[in-house]
Amino acid sequence: MKEKQLRRMIKAVADGRVSRRTFIQRMVALGLTAPLATQMLTHSGVAVAQTKFEYKPTKRGGGGPLKILYWQGPTLLNPHFAVGTKDQDGSRVFYEPLAGWDADGNLVPILAAEIPTVDNGGLAKDGMSVTWKLKQGVQWHDGKPFTADDCVFNWEYAKDPATAAVTIAAYKDVKVEKLDQYTIKVTFSKPTPFWAQAFVGIFGMIIPKHLFADYMGGKSREAPANLKPVGTGAFKFVDFKPGDMLKGEINTNYHVPNKPYFDTVEIKGGGDAVSAARAVIQTGEFDMAWNMQVEDEILVKLEQNGKGRIVIVEGGNIEHIGINFTDPWTEVDGERSSTKTKHPVLSDPAVRKALALLVDRTSVEKFIYGRTGTATAAFVNKPDRFRSKKTFEFNIDKANKLLDDAGWAKGSDGIRAKDGKKLKFVYQTSINAPRQKNQAIVKQACQKAGIDLELKSIVASVFFSSDVGNPDTYSKFYTDIQMFTTTQPQPDPHEFLFQFVSTEVKNKANKWQGRNYTRYQSPAYDKLHASAGSELDPVKRAAILIQCNDMVIDDVAVIPVVYRPMVQAVSNTLKTLFTGWDSNLSGLSSWYREA
Amino acid sequence: MGQYLIRRLLIAVPSLFGISLVLFLVLALAPGDPFGELTTNPNVPPEVAAALRQKFGLDDPIFVRYFRWLFAMLQGDWGFSFVSRVNVDTLILQRLPATLFVIGSAQVLALAIALPVGVYAARRPYSIFDQIANTLAFIGFSLPTFFTGLVFILVFSITLDWLPFVYRSDLPATGWRWYWEHFRQAIMPIMVLALFQAASMTRYVRSAVLDVIRLDYVTTARAKGLGEGRVIMKHVVRNALIPVVTLVALQMPAVFGGAIVTEQIFRIPGIGSLLISSILANDTPVIMAVTFVFSCLVVFFNLMADLLYGWLDPRIKFS
Repeated sequence: MKEKQLRRMIKAVADGRVSRRTFIQRMVALGLTAPLATQMLTHSGVAVAQTKFEYKPTKRGGGGPLKILYWQGPTLLNPHFAVGTKDQDGSRVFYEPLAGWDADGNLVPILAAEIPTVDNGGLAKDGMSVTWKLKQGVQWHDGKPFTADDCVFNWEYAKDPATAAVTIAAYKDVKVEKLDQYTIKVTFSKPTPFWAQAFVGIFGMIIPKHLFADYMGGKSREAPANLKPVGTGAFKFVDFKPGDMLKGEINTNYHVPNKPYFDTVEIKGGGDAVSAARAVIQTGEFDMAWNMQVEDEILVKLEQNGKGRIVIVEGGNIEHIGINFTDPWTEVDGERSSTKTKHPVLSDPAVRKALALLVDRTSVEKFIYGRTGTATAAFVNKPDRFRSKKTFEFNIDKANKLLDDAGWAKGSDGIRAKDGKKLKFVYQTSINAPRQKNQAIVKQACQKAGIDLELKSIVASVFFSSDVGNPDTYSKFYTDIQMFTTTQPQPDPHEFLFQFVSTEVKNKANKWQGRNYTRYQSPAYDKLHASAGSELDPVKRAAILIQCNDMVIDDVAVIPVVYRPMVQAVSNTLKTLFTGWDSNLSGLSSWYREA
Repeated sequence: MGQYLIRRLLIAVPSLFGISLVLFLVLALAPGDPFGELTTNPNVPPEVAAALRQKFGLDDPIFVRYFRWLFAMLQGDWGFSFVSRVNVDTLILQRLPATLFVIGSAQVLALAIALPVGVYAARRPYSIFDQIANTLAFIGFSLPTFFTGLVFILVFSITLDWLPFVYRSDLPATGWRWYWEHFRQAIMPIMVLALFQAASMTRYVRSAVLDVIRLDYVTTARAKGLGEGRVIMKHVVRNALIPVVTLVALQMPAVFGGAIVTEQIFRIPGIGSLLISSILANDTPVIMAVTFVFSCLVVFFNLMADLLYGWLDPRIKFS
């Protein structure tokens, strides 16, 4: 189907001549995924279909208490300082962004009156600016009105380096101006196809100007409202003990009618994931527990005759094996894995391809992760519109043949070698039972193909630390291959795919703070990735980003293993609304109980 | 006595300095980084972590940091947590009541079990009662609290569904219901800790009483025709208490320091759980404050124990 035809059809839907369903069916028939078709419609100004979630309560309140369990409780409640999920979720109970993301990675308006599109004039055609219309009549919990001034203030607050806000990335390169009391304009320095960063989702929560204006920059820590949030959300602040307990009560002036259902909400912190699962699924002491990092086997056992269930929320977590393109065993100018070197063995594409064939992803899914990890060939798995059609293969014979053809011959010890270089690798990961099992599965297969893997496991707090003095961090990557989970934070994978761009290579010069830990360098990839950065057409852009994914998979810079959804434990009576692209509690105001 | 006190206090000062220095060095040299989560998040530019490090003075040399901490501490400024950015003293005061209540009750309960059982067992060594008490004591202190805690949860919360296993510092109930709910949630952790403590204390009490009960003056007291109760209470127990006092005094800091494992299992918001979560997050100011206060308490209660000896046993002179 030609681009022109496509556009004509989208227009037909917009005019009402063709139904949405027909359009999507035709697109699916053509081999496009349903979400991709939806995305095409959305961009062209055709309203998004309602998601399956139905909010049944017909009045506000009356739902009693909602009890949530986090095995790591929230420790701070200012969204601009909220580093971890727990803090972002704690802040989200009280604060709201202009728009959030739903489960399919589509935008939903919250404090905005509507989602800006090209058609409603919100999105500039050249991608240089976006104009947000704010919802009118929204009040902060203390009764003051929410206006454009608050949005402008959040921009000033977050972009100030002295504030040291974690949200700085969303605000530092944009300019925000107030057009009128309820309209703001965000201007970019260059055409920006993915414009939904500032004021959107986790990093877009808005704090009130009247309480934070005196505490900008260096004084940011002293604001009393850091610990006593006053937001626009469905719940008002009651009490907070960092790491232990967060309490909120119903906001009777909430700007969405009939919401929320619950009268109070409390988030209890501490303990461990398994007992949290028990408290929800077995004893029913709590209504929901966050992030069940528990083996699926145990969860299945708990669920039998239990009072709760497991809810799988798809997001952007990918457990993968990264290949080192530089030589980790030679020191150059005080650093190993220096970009001035090349990996003596892994620089041979045949070896990398053989490795990819030797990772038995189906077994990893079946025997280790179960419902909590799905075998995949793609690095970018979600939303579906960005997912590559590639498939993976586990084939020891093929790997053997590949290595034979490339001249790697088995020695008397059963290990392949060429020119005196042996196929012996050090394979590191963090200490975590599923990962060690995963290592063992890969090692076994590699053995059969004449590759010897030395397994190394490092304490998570060291492996993931940014300590420049420690050689065992994933950032330094002083071994041949390593495995961990990385997160695609936004539904748009462009930022996420930065980690294969050559200028992002981690090295001594940037204190290993770049993002490209595999040190994969390819001018073709750099060019392709950059082109996605300026492509304004979402269909073409999705195609380019899928190509980016395919390129790193074909070059075997990484071997995806399983993508890991977020796993929540939820009481059987509770109806929840989750999305993997926003805070875990972004749907909190819509939760309700059903007998 | 006064001179002794002053001398002991003067000795305590350098040892506390030494302790603080060692603690600080160990923490500074340990791997990990309070802003680790920032640096692994691709959405947060590295400058943010760098700015925070600078702001919180983490880039200065260890000794500069140590003396800055020391001078602030001497002035009563405990600093603030890197993680929650709340003042450390506020954090500790928030957590103290739960710890004092749970661990304190456990200690009292342990003593209430150990003293009578130990004394009674020692009066008739190798009797049936003594044998049973001994066996239970051995079982008691061989089972670690994380094990008994989990067994209790499995039996009383999950199988029988009688007690909640998540401890909440602020119960929504009021009046009698509040006391009842509080009792229900506290009984398991208190029992777990108390049984463990009582087991080892019983052994101590028993052996201390056994040592004393065979002495000649006890026989003399009995020969005088004193009642058994008086002999035991006035002549035996008072003298036998000295080693027990040492034990209890050394346990006292734990009442403030919390029980890390038990607090974690039952989600008690106490000092122990604050300490462990701060260690996991590399939150140096909180770790320093908690461990330093803990060591001050150890020094203090050691002194208290020594002073108590003099009261219990007039033969002990302070010179």
